[in-house]
Amino acid sequence: MSQAVPAGQPGLSGLRRPELAGLRDPLHAEWTKLRTVAGPAWLLAGTIAATVAVGAAATAAARCPSGTACPVDTTKLSLTGVQFGQAIVAVLAVLAISGEYSTGMIRITLAAMPRRSAVLAAKAVLIAALVLAAGAIAVAGSVLAGRILLPGHGFTAAHGFPLESLAYGPTLRAAAGSVLYLVLIALLSLGIATVVRDTAVATGVVLGLLYLSPVILPAVTNPVWSHRLERYAPMNAGLTIQHTIGLRSLPISPWGGLGVLAAWAAAALLAGGLALRWHDA
Amino acid sequence: MTAGTVTPYQPDQQAERDGFWSVLHAEWTKFRTVRGWVIGTIVAVLVTVGLGLFAAGASSSSCQGTGGGQARSGQGCFTAPPVGPGGEAVSDSFYFVRQPLAGNGSITVRITSLTGLLPPANGNAPGGPNAPIDTRPGLVPWAKAGLIISGGTTPGSAYAAMMVTADHGVRLQDDYTGDTAGQPGAVSPASPRWLRLTRSGDTITGYDSADGTHWTGVGTVHLAGLPSTVQAGLFATSPAWQAISQNFGGGENGMVAPSQDTAVFDHLSRSGTWPASAWAGGIVDAADGSGAGGYHQAAGRFTVTGSGDIAPVVSGQAGDAGTTVTQHLIGTFAGLIVVIVIATMFITAEYRRRLIRVTLTASPRRGRVLAAKAIVIGAVTFVAGLAAAAAAVIISAQLAHARGAYVYPVPWPTELRMVAGTAALIAVAAVLALAVGTMLRRSAAAVTVVIVVIVLPYILGAASILPVGAADWLLRITPAAAFAVQQATPQYAQVTAIYSPNTGYFPLAPWAGLAVLCGYAALALGLAVVLLRRRDA
Repeated sequence: MSQAVPAGQPGLSGLRRPELAGLRDPLHAEWTKLRTVAGPAWLLAGTIAATVAVGAAATAAARCPSGTACPVDTTKLSLTGVQFGQAIVAVLAVLAISGEYSTGMIRITLAAMPRRSAVLAAKAVLIAALVLAAGAIAVAGSVLAGRILLPGHGFTAAHGFPLESLAYGPTLRAAAGSVLYLVLIALLSLGIATVVRDTAVATGVVLGLLYLSPVILPAVTNPVWSHRLERYAPMNAGLTIQHTIGLRSLPISPWGGLGVLAAWAAAALLAGGLALRWHDA
Repeated sequence: MTAGTVTPYQPDQQAERDGFWSVLHAEWTKFRTVRGWVIGTIVAVLVTVGLGLFAAGASSSSCQGTGGGQARSGQGCFTAPPVGPGGEAVSDSFYFVRQPLAGNGSITVRITSLTGLLPPANGNAPGGPNAPIDTRPGLVPWAKAGLIISGGTTPGSAYAAMMVTADHGVRLQDDYTGDTAGQPGAVSPASPRWLRLTRSGDTITGYDSADGTHWTGVGTVHLAGLPSTVQAGLFATSPAWQAISQNFGGGENGMVAPSQDTAVFDHLSRSGTWPASAWAGGIVDAADGSGAGGYHQAAGRFTVTGSGDIAPVVSGQAGDAGTTVTQHLIGTFAGLIVVIVIATMFITAEYRRRLIRVTLTASPRRGRVLAAKAIVIGAVTFVAGLAAAAAAVIISAQLAHARGAYVYPVPWPTELRMVAGTAALIAVAAVLALAVGTMLRRSAAAVTVVIVVIVLPYILGAASILPVGAADWLLRITPAAAFAVQQATPQYAQVTAIYSPNTGYFPLAPWAGLAVLCGYAALALGLAVVLLRRRDA
């Protein structure tokens, strides 16, 4: 993260021309905070490594013996790591705000930049940009791992599985959507952490919100309720973006599912903004 | 410096014990005086019970107008299966050629052939389950026929049976779950099998022989409460044929259709008191009218045809309308997440508030501090988990019953194991979280690590994302193996079914699975003690 050296001296220029500062000063301040501690860089690297590794492991475990039909969504399979990577993304986003509360830094931040919504907006923009970059690398790596591993395990073109390629529309949509999924998870986590403030509790709330719905779904035998969970739980809805086959039988369309997650993220950020404005730091 | 001038501090035994008690007391005081942790523990109990109630309440409701004990399946109402002597749901449907046997006695027969009919491989048997199935010859692996001594003809009665099977040789089976292997190999006119059952009080012994003179004891079973007059005779039955397509994620029951088998018996001989004068044939069970079969007797030869199974019912298969107690414990995951957060904060909050320095100054033996913390958090979460699991199981069962949903009965020791095991799972996970929190010192990292290693393998393994082999391995070697304590129905070797994580079957035995989590917790705790001693606070 340290290679990006900011141009000029926006801190000083901000002091001189406060009316022109807009979001630039908060952005610069947040960027300095993020890049001068080791944590975020490690977490982003961890997101990439974990996503690619879990995706590659899941792909490596798959077999399609010749002579059998394999109704496997290979794109979704190679993107399995996103389910793991999202946990690290969530931690990154939670720490971006709760870390300030635990050290008391938030008071300095808000004293320096009294426009609280701008602080949150700057954090959201930065986190989103960082996760977008790391997520793109992670997802590209996962697709590449699938491209390399799948043909060796029986998923060959002769079997009806062409090479994983981003030139194929649905695969591109699944891959790009997975990157956006990670970004939205980060924004959702940031919003929740701004409301909750405590690191441990915020992490628990975010991971519970994400992971509980796929766990309890098999236990809910009532079709009405399981349909609701599949459509509106953030992880289930958001991950429909990864499907490339059987789109007609999905409970919600891929982009619709991602839209549901976006609504969750927007609601969390809104709640975070309000909490930040109303509560004492 | 000479010896004797320095006297190392040597606390006596009493002080040592008092020391640990006071550390324990200090940690307990810390826990109970932080309002957030106490409220969090109560929240953990409430979400565990609440989600269980949600799962039970959101389960399929009963058939309209038929009352309790019924549930809606794919096409209509399904009849609750009978309950066997062990307390589990059983299927008990076979063709029985019987006579009463008063008191002790024995029955011997030779079986010369076992043949059968299967439904067509590519579609359903025409005309539904009641139609005669005259489709293609063949046997399902557990098609069975032989001798049976049964407490009665009511489905779910106690029994012991000596049988030949299609692919599993001679077996002695009793009370639905018992299964002992005898001679291997298939039966044919060229290699017939001789079977014998001997009753003496509650004890029944099975023998097999290849020639009728050299007999081998296969096993002895005790059937508690067998009436003095039992029904004994010949039987044949054949479980449903299943097209199991081993697909990704575990496999699917493609088509399930009844099959039937036919056995030919001769050289029937008996000893003891058999008050009836003739054999009576009939279908046992067939509550849904789907049983098929018959028998023919001529010149000492009996030809018996049957369809069904005498075996435990395996839950979680395709089209299963019932739920298991496991589903009522689904809230464990939510409670677990709350408990992990609290247990992590129990140590990371000390680092954040610098209280750890006071703690370690007051009791410099650091391993002891961590042990006290582990005991306090383990005990508190065990009690909370026990209350939550017991309440979830009891209240959800009531709710499911009130809604008319069918819940598979489990024997009470199994239910007890599931409740106590869930409490232990939560407590051990809390200790793991405490240890990881001590190692990492950071709340976010510790909470995430523990939640991800426990919950994510379960999601990946049980939600059909991974291939079944990988899912099995995940649930063997990760802390998620501990969820095996919540498995309601055991895996039966004598029932063909899909046993995979996504149908509720874990690769490890219940306590072995919990032991995996305990191993991780012990390892983490050991590392935490080492790090706590080495690093500055």
